[in-house]
Amino acid sequence: METLKLSALPEKDKQQPISHGRFEAYVDNGGTVMAVAGKDYCVIAGDTRMSDGGYGIQTRKYTKVFQLTKKCVLATSGMQADTIALQKRLKSMLESFEKEHGKPMSTPAIAQFLSNTLYYKRFFPYYTFNLVAGVDEQGEGWIWTYDAVGSHERVKYSSQGSGNQLVIPLLDNQVAKFNQQIVEGNKDVSCEQVVSFVKDSITSAGERDIYTGDFADIVVVDKNGVHWEKFELKLD
Amino acid sequence: MYRNQYDSDITTFSPSGRIHQIEYAMEAVKQGGAAVALKSKQYAVLVSLKRSSSELGSYQKKIFVVDDHVGIAISGLTADARMLCNFMRNECSNYNYVYESQIRVERLVTKVADKHQVHTQRYGRRPYGVGLLVAGFDQLGAHIYQTCPSGNFYDYKSISIGSRSQSAKTYLEKHFESFEECTLEQLITHGLRALRETIPNTDDTLNSKNVSIGIVGEGQPFKIIEEADAQPYLNLLENEEPVEMQTN
Repeated sequence: METLKLSALPEKDKQQPISHGRFEAYVDNGGTVMAVAGKDYCVIAGDTRMSDGGYGIQTRKYTKVFQLTKKCVLATSGMQADTIALQKRLKSMLESFEKEHGKPMSTPAIAQFLSNTLYYKRFFPYYTFNLVAGVDEQGEGWIWTYDAVGSHERVKYSSQGSGNQLVIPLLDNQVAKFNQQIVEGNKDVSCEQVVSFVKDSITSAGERDIYTGDFADIVVVDKNGVHWEKFELKLD
Repeated sequence: MYRNQYDSDITTFSPSGRIHQIEYAMEAVKQGGAAVALKSKQYAVLVSLKRSSSELGSYQKKIFVVDDHVGIAISGLTADARMLCNFMRNECSNYNYVYESQIRVERLVTKVADKHQVHTQRYGRRPYGVGLLVAGFDQLGAHIYQTCPSGNFYDYKSISIGSRSQSAKTYLEKHFESFEECTLEQLITHGLRALRETIPNTDDTLNSKNVSIGIVGEGQPFKIIEEADAQPYLNLLENEEPVEMQTN
């Protein structure tokens, strides 16, 4: 005869440990950033949507572009917590530098400094995909693009983030003039034209990428300083 | 000051309850170049006399920026002052990082005073031979503090330290009641007049090479005014003419 066993859990679960799942340190809050350099200016754009990694929106107003000095900005996509930690760290170090050296850090120096800062955490990286854009001491436009651990390259244009794969081919074709059937040839582009083009690009990214949208910060850096503009994207 | 039996160690009290090493450290401060500090309701001003080792040499920097809202003027061992300045800058930076706001001046000065105190109680470590005049502006208004090698700090309406500072103090005692309502230019002028009292008759007068001015206040991040920029304020001393103040 079977004995009646009273137990809270079914028997076979008593043998196995309850699996909780690993602690996940990273989350991708999405969003796209991009930058295009002209001769003596840079145009940077970053959307302002923050997602929860899935279909939810956590805020529509999270700015991904951060001003470092009067001549340099940092645009970051990826994980918001790591982005903010990185921005705070850089800001603190830049202020220290300015007091010690009596002048702000130059844009190329900042580019190298960011790379070092990222590599410092090579074995527990900042989940950030960065663009540094600005003008150097002579007023020439510079852009660097980074991976999460600090590998960087100076380029004329770049994009990072969830909409990266949509924006980069467009920039390749229109800015670098690659793969054009009818080659237009190089012609001088004004800052307003580049701003208009960047607005089109980020709008297009917003159409196809669910993590990009809401608003975009369009930032122009030239020898006169940093100018911000808010641009509306779709809210869907 | 004559030598005593009880003055060779920082860790030895004298029978009269004094620690002579600390008093000797304070002597180093009294030998340094003069510095004057004064404040009104909205501004705190530092004015100091820079010294040079010879005609060939440059003038020693006396006023340092610590943060947007705090600056210091030093008197005494310059090398010690540099260490304290870096310490203060780090503390301000760390506080700002953690709390996303600026450290209150009294809190910062307390940290410096505590640092001084450590060096008065440990064997093998000498006190810092420098006195600071800290000028700052925070939510509670304008502040002037003096720190000593002893680890004490004092809150002042206006004060002077360094060589022949007693003459400057006399001037400040005569006029301090009017400082509260002074404009920035008037405050700087008072500071320069007080500083002028500390110069012995045989030496040069105040000029743009040996004067350093530091200002901080409401809407005014800490700024050092030196060399050519200081000339308009020195002219005020001579002519009593108003000068256009650059605001930022």
